[in-house]
Amino acid sequence: MAQNLVALAGNEAVAYAFKQARPHVGSAFPITPQTEMMHKFAEFVANGEVDTEMILVESEHSAMSAAIGSAAAGARTFTATSSAGFALMWEMVYVAASLRLPINMALVNRALSGNINIHCDHSDSMGGRDSGWIQVFCENAQESYDTALMNFRISEHMDVRLPAMTNYDGFIISHTEDALYLLDDDTAYDFIGPYQAKYALLDVENPITVGPLDLTDYYFEHKWSQMEAQKRVFPVAREVMSEFGELTGRSYDFFEEYRLDDADLVMVVLGSSAGTTKDVIDEYRDKGVKVGLLKLRLFRPFPVAEIVKVLAGRKAIAVLDRSASFGGFGGPVFTEIRSALYRQEQTPIHNWIYGLGGRDYDLKQVAEVIEKLQQIAAGEELQEVNLLGIRL
Amino acid sequence: MSLKKASELTEGGIITEAGNASEYKTGDWRTFVPEFVVENCIQCLFCWIYCPDSAIAVDLSGEKPEVTGIILEHCKGCGICAAECPPVKKGKAALVMVREAK
Ligand code: SF4
Ligand code: SF4
Repeated sequence: MAQNLVALAGNEAVAYAFKQARPHVGSAFPITPQTEMMHKFAEFVANGEVDTEMILVESEHSAMSAAIGSAAAGARTFTATSSAGFALMWEMVYVAASLRLPINMALVNRALSGNINIHCDHSDSMGGRDSGWIQVFCENAQESYDTALMNFRISEHMDVRLPAMTNYDGFIISHTEDALYLLDDDTAYDFIGPYQAKYALLDVENPITVGPLDLTDYYFEHKWSQMEAQKRVFPVAREVMSEFGELTGRSYDFFEEYRLDDADLVMVVLGSSAGTTKDVIDEYRDKGVKVGLLKLRLFRPFPVAEIVKVLAGRKAIAVLDRSASFGGFGGPVFTEIRSALYRQEQTPIHNWIYGLGGRDYDLKQVAEVIEKLQQIAAGEELQEVNLLGIRL
Repeated sequence: MSLKKASELTEGGIITEAGNASEYKTGDWRTFVPEFVVENCIQCLFCWIYCPDSAIAVDLSGEKPEVTGIILEHCKGCGICAAECPPVKKGKAALVMVREAK
């Protein structure tokens, strides 16, 4: 399969993927660091490269509302946002998932205010972890492009019909020029396929009501159907990822295992931090330390069975969270992983909260975690929830 | 109306049968209920126009439509019909709101 090697920033790469999906409608409001993604897409529309109706709205609440209206009408629909924009969408984010509308969103991860900060952390998307959307986190521009393409297939699959977020780190991925392979437009579109609406308001032959009052008698049953749809993401995602692997030679899974086979010590991270972590893991491997990485890609639905299979029996695990749960017991990824492993032989699992507000995640910090993991594996009782790269 | 199981529902709570609101019985919420006194009724149909829940029964078989009573499965007991009924304002109650015995 011929692919074009190009240099693009993550925002441009994802804009290409969205263009190649040939969405009928896109609605968005600009916010740093998502803005260039929308600029690029608007340029495609202006140049006639894609026949998408762009709705430029006055706020993110309206962006998601317009996307819901469009998807309910029966159109392939996308939006994109970051941080406070996602927070402003909040009410409608839940509605999109509840109505089972397969809207695709680029969520360019940025810290939430306040104080105001434009840099990367995951507190925006973690706020939406219970909203019913599929959430996939990406390590670099290539993975963001590939994930955006695959997410259309997964979310629109008739067994799933759920909205999906392609999460990629603000600035670190969105604004960094990276080398990646693009499929040509037709190949990418053929992979995704034409949009099929399941129920469409514009289908006047089959009138429907969308979003009726749903009280004590049926609301609970409808929530069950969302839970079941999330479970069906697993087989569908597997199928889509394996087809994508055959097409492009790039294989993906729910998570990536890096030097994990014989690892006693395991770090778990999401997003671009995986790259830095891999470099330091290589250094420690050279010194004979058996350390590996589990880079989690699919966070919603959370692939609990697969994670337990891979993490059970290790000597010590460090889960890194790029968001805080104020007043909670550690960050969101930590609580999830630790809860998943509860029935297993007791492996110490510690949490490091790092990189809030775009604080650089550097090689020294990875080394610090690996050193601590060695002490924990040797039986030392260390603090369970920790902060990394902070002046105290 | 018997309630369906979760597995029998359309996704997203989408309603695919048009015009099925009449199956949704809203009459069990009320405290007051209008009593229709046909002798005092002038058949102006104001109650039918004002009722927010289509709960006024009208017989359409004759030359002119005629109010015949209240559809209790849907009446919420809001009292709008009685408040708008012209004979009531003149002291000849065609609709009287009474507290419903439960
Ligand atoms: S009380 Fe209200 S709901 Fe009942 S018949 Fe009168 S107007 Fe309609
Ligand atoms: S408003 Fe009163 S008088 Fe008019 S039709 Fe209804 S009950 Fe009869």
